[in-house]
Amino acid sequence: MGSWHDWALTLSVLVPLIGAIVIAILPSAAEQAAKGLAVAFSLVTFLVTLGILFTYKFGDHAGFQFELSRRWITVVNSNYHLGIDGVALPLVVLTGLLTLLCAIYSVKIIPAPGKAKALLSLMLLLEVGMMGTFISLDLILFFVFWELVLVPMYFMIAIWGGPNRSYASVKFFLYTLFGSAFMLLGFLGLYSNGGHTFDMVELAKVGAAGGFTQNFQYIAYLGLFLGFAIKVPMWPFHTWLPDAHTEAPTIGSVLLAGIMLKMGTYGFIRIANPIMPAGARAFAPYIGILAVIAIIYGALCCLAQREIKRMIAFSSVGHMGFVMLGVATLTPTGTNAAVFGMIAHGVITGMLFFIVGSVKERYHTGEIAQIGGGMLAKMPYMGSLLTFVAIASLGLPGLAGFWGEIYALLAAFNPAPGLNVALFRALMVGGAIGTILTAGYFLWLLQRVNQGVVPERWRKERFSDVMGIELAAWTPLLVLILALGVYPRFIFGITDTAMKTVLAPFLAK
Amino acid sequence: MADNAWIIAALPLASFFVILFFGKKLPGKGAYVGIGAMAAALVMAIGIVGQVVAHTGATPFASERAYDLVNFGAGTLTLGTKIDGLAAFMLLVVCTVSLLVQIYSTGYMHGDKRYTFFFAMLSLFTTGMLIVTVADNLLLMLLGWEIMGVCSYFLIGHYWEETPNSNAAIKAFLTTRVGDVGFMLGIVTLYWATDSFKFTEIIEKAESGRITSGMIVAGTLLIFCGAIGKSAQFPLHTWLPDAMAGPTPVSALIHAATMVASGIYLVARLYPVFELSSAALNLMGILAAITMVGAACMALVQDDIKKVLAFSTVSQLAYMTGALSVGGYTAGFFHLFTHAAFKGLLFLGAGSVIHAVGTNNMSEMGGLRRYMPRTHATYLIGCLALAGFPLMAAFWSKDEILFDAWNAAHWGTAEEGVLTSPLVGKVVFVAAVVTALMTAFYTTRMYCLTFRGTYRGTAHPHESPRVMTVPLLVLAVPAALAGFLNSPLMPRRYNFGTWIRFAGVARAPHLDPTMVAFSVVTGLAGITVGYLVYGAGLPVRDPTLNMGFATKLFQNRFYVDEFYLRAIVRPVRVQVAAASYWLNQNVFDAPPNLAGKGGVAAGRLAYSFDRNAIDGVVNGTGRVASLFGRGLRLLQNGNVQAYATGMFVGVVALAVIFAAR
Repeated sequence: MGSWHDWALTLSVLVPLIGAIVIAILPSAAEQAAKGLAVAFSLVTFLVTLGILFTYKFGDHAGFQFELSRRWITVVNSNYHLGIDGVALPLVVLTGLLTLLCAIYSVKIIPAPGKAKALLSLMLLLEVGMMGTFISLDLILFFVFWELVLVPMYFMIAIWGGPNRSYASVKFFLYTLFGSAFMLLGFLGLYSNGGHTFDMVELAKVGAAGGFTQNFQYIAYLGLFLGFAIKVPMWPFHTWLPDAHTEAPTIGSVLLAGIMLKMGTYGFIRIANPIMPAGARAFAPYIGILAVIAIIYGALCCLAQREIKRMIAFSSVGHMGFVMLGVATLTPTGTNAAVFGMIAHGVITGMLFFIVGSVKERYHTGEIAQIGGGMLAKMPYMGSLLTFVAIASLGLPGLAGFWGEIYALLAAFNPAPGLNVALFRALMVGGAIGTILTAGYFLWLLQRVNQGVVPERWRKERFSDVMGIELAAWTPLLVLILALGVYPRFIFGITDTAMKTVLAPFLAK
Repeated sequence: MADNAWIIAALPLASFFVILFFGKKLPGKGAYVGIGAMAAALVMAIGIVGQVVAHTGATPFASERAYDLVNFGAGTLTLGTKIDGLAAFMLLVVCTVSLLVQIYSTGYMHGDKRYTFFFAMLSLFTTGMLIVTVADNLLLMLLGWEIMGVCSYFLIGHYWEETPNSNAAIKAFLTTRVGDVGFMLGIVTLYWATDSFKFTEIIEKAESGRITSGMIVAGTLLIFCGAIGKSAQFPLHTWLPDAMAGPTPVSALIHAATMVASGIYLVARLYPVFELSSAALNLMGILAAITMVGAACMALVQDDIKKVLAFSTVSQLAYMTGALSVGGYTAGFFHLFTHAAFKGLLFLGAGSVIHAVGTNNMSEMGGLRRYMPRTHATYLIGCLALAGFPLMAAFWSKDEILFDAWNAAHWGTAEEGVLTSPLVGKVVFVAAVVTALMTAFYTTRMYCLTFRGTYRGTAHPHESPRVMTVPLLVLAVPAALAGFLNSPLMPRRYNFGTWIRFAGVARAPHLDPTMVAFSVVTGLAGITVGYLVYGAGLPVRDPTLNMGFATKLFQNRFYVDEFYLRAIVRPVRVQVAAASYWLNQNVFDAPPNLAGKGGVAAGRLAYSFDRNAIDGVVNGTGRVASLFGRGLRLLQNGNVQAYATGMFVGVVALAVIFAAR
């Protein structure tokens, strides 16, 4: 009791929870105090995650660290069981970082209709849910955190969203809720067939020992698949995403793309695959196929977009496709690539949504045709940052977007034993071709937004270029985009330690 | 010194960051930083070349150093350098041309509104090219390769206010990206074949026969795709002429001397592997033959001086590819070496001309030899070198290529085991001879239209400032003399082929009378005919523009660009994209929308039942806009906390439900 290693993870959800409550009960006039408190609480949370990062024992390749298990709902044998390994650790730190940056951004920029207090309280609540999802080792606990995420995000879109917010928020809520219903059924199935436990570690042992029949695995995997695939979102369950993103306020988009989508991919890596290896093997080819469809189809839809934020949203579909391709290979290389891709996408696309939000803030429109080009002349710094991040997003080597993609392709060449090699090599080719389209829509976007001459209507408008507060919120992400690109070991060095755990059933003995 | 070759690449990288962040406040607006870094890099490069030249011993010079960058799962990616003769001479080329181009640019780009950014990009570009040069493994090379690609994109689109320029930039990036997909997959293939990204290990394992021939063929063909894109070979050659939209110094550095040659360098780096793959060699030969003749045809009919040079570059790159396809490792790389000198010279010369007359069109030039003596003299040297005038640079390197093709065609007497099919050897040889003839002709045409006759334009031509003419004078020296490095006149010990050889193989240059005859006759014939037609300036009827269908075909670039645009680019960007999005909105989004509508309808029904049955009120107010309409109304009262609380209640309820089971 009382040691850092026991309670650090609890702190990482407790601090934002207290923050959310404190901000919520502030008197309604105390908007400034709310902003300061949001920064303070998210900063402390981030420091806790950093503390975890720096006290994590990297030499230790076996299992979870910072584990804590306390009885919780004894009737169903569900425990308050927390712990992290190399897959969860980067996501936990990213969650802490992005939330902090959103809090900093919100010091100056609060979307209509204001109500900073409510927005920031919800944001911290969102952090509780996201953080909790990545550190739970108990399915019920996981489910609670998972569902907890829905509500603040729903309100963020429904209150602070764009003109079509009502439709988008309901669609987001119901679509993902629909998925989680099946996921919960899957969990209950695992409970009743896996020796009446919700403990992920226990269930993984049962799964590895062949405790689940094949037919059961197919059905239960399908349930989990629906829950996770909708969250990722995988094609063709992605249609809630563009609507949610288009309408969501900037910080909502950043957290949605930056963290929430990763809950789905994380679910595959942490829960579905290790517990149901036969299910994973049976589904892997289909997941791979859907992933590559997502890569190409997402890029094609991007080409068709006229609104900049909607385009970035569709780009997420393709990028998460690469992540899922890595997951589907069921190999260490592919899974490492997937986690790298998750982090890179969180950093890059989070950054893209920040920039796009700020661009919309200035132009009061996100329609590419109305912006009409010349942003590099109008706002040189904003334009340059958009260029930089777009180039990172299209997977340029030396920037963060590259490693997840190349190693996913590398993994697809030789998937785990038992998977169809020819199919996966075809998927590899398809994914690689998708990178051309990705480059195409990003460069076309830059041409239409950044380049060319400033249209008449904007000539006399005075836009402030990148503001101090924006730079403060963005600099860490910009640095990370470069740092992860130049030194991928930052992530691979962490994730690789977890492969023995999450891929135990698929590794050659 | 070679052990610390990474410093060469680090110098321009540091300069890039300094210029990017502080450039505008620095003396020379950042240009001096770039020039200083390049000068230092050049000194090191010369030192490394010195080491290579001084190296004696049975095994070729080699220096490798590596640092683990990624180490997980199956493999290790190292950050390392591999310096051998090939890399050393490439370093020399890159550093020299980059330095001269940067000095030249201080004059050419004077007053440009993005002057500082331009220099930052030149530094970053050079970094990329140097990484390609020193890389010890394929992934690191890909890194440099793509850095170059993105810098090329920025620099082609330097004048991005005008759409054609940004179009050209996008076209360049995407076309090369098509090849890069092959390159990436080739890296993946060779990785799984050899468990390594490293050149040395891949070559070792390939030579020791531990890789199946299928893997070698697949790997080399895919890798070669990268070279097709970057080195603008048919069918991915279309981007290079458009890339002339960039400032002329950029054309000289990126689109003539270095980046476009990196495809050749890539193949040369892995040459021992390519030698084992007849499929790759044959494909290279055929594409090279098509490219060299086709590009030369297109060069015949250009009016834009830069376009002549661009098509000529495509054609000359094909010469190098052709050389590599017939076993001419030394010949191919040597041509890269000499080409960098004379084509860099020609582009910078063309820039000097354009600077003076304010147009790219040769029809508005003429007679400039009187106004621009230094530019004229150096340009003439460049032209003679390109045309293959005896004893000038390209004369020697072309000669070698012809010789290798001749042997690969089994016409010669040499007994060399090249896997290239004799038929391909014959095709390459014939194409090379035809191209040599055409090259001499169009080069003479270009020279005469620019410098001979009388001035046809309206500007006031003047000689360019010294910062521009001095680089011309410097480059004129190797353009004239570099060919001797690989001539039979050099002692074998001091010979290009010996310096760049890889383990085992080194072939002394030959002086085959038949080849010399071919070379001299084609070169002189092309020059003579060209001079007879254009020597007095622009003829009333330019014969190349009056060849009827052929002229039309060449001017429209064989309709290849048009075909790509109409058959691939536009359909994908417009129809296919629109169709996908239509599907998205009307098919994949239909089930959730339908379910949503159903839910709303059900909600309304329940609500109206609620109102009718319980409230007993029938009126039209209070329409529910969505399923959560009631919730939203409450929200607008600002009652958010109530919802947050509600949710906690929900969570607790869940716990209770489970507890009650």
